[in-house]
Amino acid sequence: MNSYHEASARGRVAGLLDPGTFREFVPPTERCSSPHLRALDTPGAFDDGIIVGAGRLGGHAVLVAAQEGWFMGGAVGEVHGAKLTGLLERALDERPAAVLLLVESGGVRLHEANAGLIAISEIMRAVVTVRAAGIPVIVLDGGQFGCFGGMGIVARLADAILISEEGRLGLSGPEVIETTCGVEEFDSRDRALVWRTVGGKHRYILGEAAVLVDDAIAAFREAALQAIAAAKPDLGLAALEAEHARLGERIARFGACADALDIWRDLGIAEPERLPALDTAAFLAAVADRRA
Amino acid sequence: MDAKTLLQQLFPQHPDVQFDGVFFSGVGTSGNTAVHVIGTIDKAPIGVELARRIAGEVLGVVRNHPGRPILLAIDTSGQRLSRRDELLGVNGYMAHLAKCVDLARRNGHRVIGIVYSEAVSGGFLATSLFSDVCFALPEAEIKVMNLPAMSRITKIPLPRLQELSQTSPVFAPGVENYQRMGGIKGLWEGDLAACLAAALALPVAGDERSADGEARGGRLLARPLAKRVRHAAA
Repeated sequence: MNSYHEASARGRVAGLLDPGTFREFVPPTERCSSPHLRALDTPGAFDDGIIVGAGRLGGHAVLVAAQEGWFMGGAVGEVHGAKLTGLLERALDERPAAVLLLVESGGVRLHEANAGLIAISEIMRAVVTVRAAGIPVIVLDGGQFGCFGGMGIVARLADAILISEEGRLGLSGPEVIETTCGVEEFDSRDRALVWRTVGGKHRYILGEAAVLVDDAIAAFREAALQAIAAAKPDLGLAALEAEHARLGERIARFGACADALDIWRDLGIAEPERLPALDTAAFLAAVADRRA
Repeated sequence: MDAKTLLQQLFPQHPDVQFDGVFFSGVGTSGNTAVHVIGTIDKAPIGVELARRIAGEVLGVVRNHPGRPILLAIDTSGQRLSRRDELLGVNGYMAHLAKCVDLARRNGHRVIGIVYSEAVSGGFLATSLFSDVCFALPEAEIKVMNLPAMSRITKIPLPRLQELSQTSPVFAPGVENYQRMGGIKGLWEGDLAACLAAALALPVAGDERSADGEARGGRLLARPLAKRVRHAAA
């Protein structure tokens, strides 16, 4: 079983799509790297940490982007962001069955912070434009570096997030909160605390992620096929009012909870302490009908 | 500039705006047009409650006042940094707010942002930066992070960052940098009511930020590269 978590961005794309169907746009041979990193004498990459292209998934035409966490934590700069925005805009022309975003990013790349922030806003705008055109955008989150910062917002603009236990999703990363607010606010070295706060299982229980899958590329592939079949992009007033109500109920019900364990207990999940240790199948059985 | 002064200058005919803690909302008149203004004060950190509150106000305008322009006057030091906000999924609340702003846009509301004091990172992304067009006052501050913190994290010496920021708009804080890169359409100076009226009269276009950034020489790669990906041979 090929681990999604351990794979590179290229390995994930290759394993996810129908064999031999992926075609990359602006590949590394075109040497499109960040001039801003060069100006700071910081090593760059010829793909600027993101792979974008087209392929097939179960025969469906899809557009795919995959962020490479091993290059600057998948952080978004001008080139990286423009490749993703361009791919999303391409979807408006080609109308694929879906756009798949294999996210792995700490958000804005500080070396080019202003360009990165604007780029993320452009990605956000492009995601909702693609969805408003009726094309689903599906996020896959199971990499080593999680999905944080502005990319955490981008992910939640999509139709669905498919996440593994190893996947993480949030806005401010634990290290950022610890550095700014102190270790008593968030101990970023407490792995168990980090995982039950921003990890895949909690995100699934909370309803932030639609599906929890095993850490296997094949499992992500299967979930992506189902998500494409199920997706009906709806950004209308009624849908957003329903989301507004759900998010309000979440604050009312869990706003005073100090820890994920309190939320899980409140949801009536028996022995919440054991959830982190369960494998995916046992976990899904334990939380069935108990999600928020 | 504080929010009350801003509102007086934008809407000389006594806008009807209610303040509640760091949040405010209400209606002002620009020419003959009613404008719904939604904002925050005191560099408010945006957490789950405030993000949802702004979103709810936007939804209310879409539901009850079809077509009414919206002015987002958000003063924020960024997303609220707390474990509780992360536990509750604050990124989802920010995304919800952005979706509501986009709903207004798609339903024919003009959405204009004005950064009158401070705009930082996540709080900016989900609000004024996601408007149709975002403006700033010259004295306002826009940033992701200040240079000393950036130096610590990137391990690039502060003097080097300071030196480069003299010529490059790409990382140092500042409204002019954001203007050069296309994130800010322009600066509002002098008669603010006239600035607002002019912004409301702008033609409705798509996302022009990468084209502006290219034309102004601040962000030369974003537009051509996105275009290259869009039209690359399959």
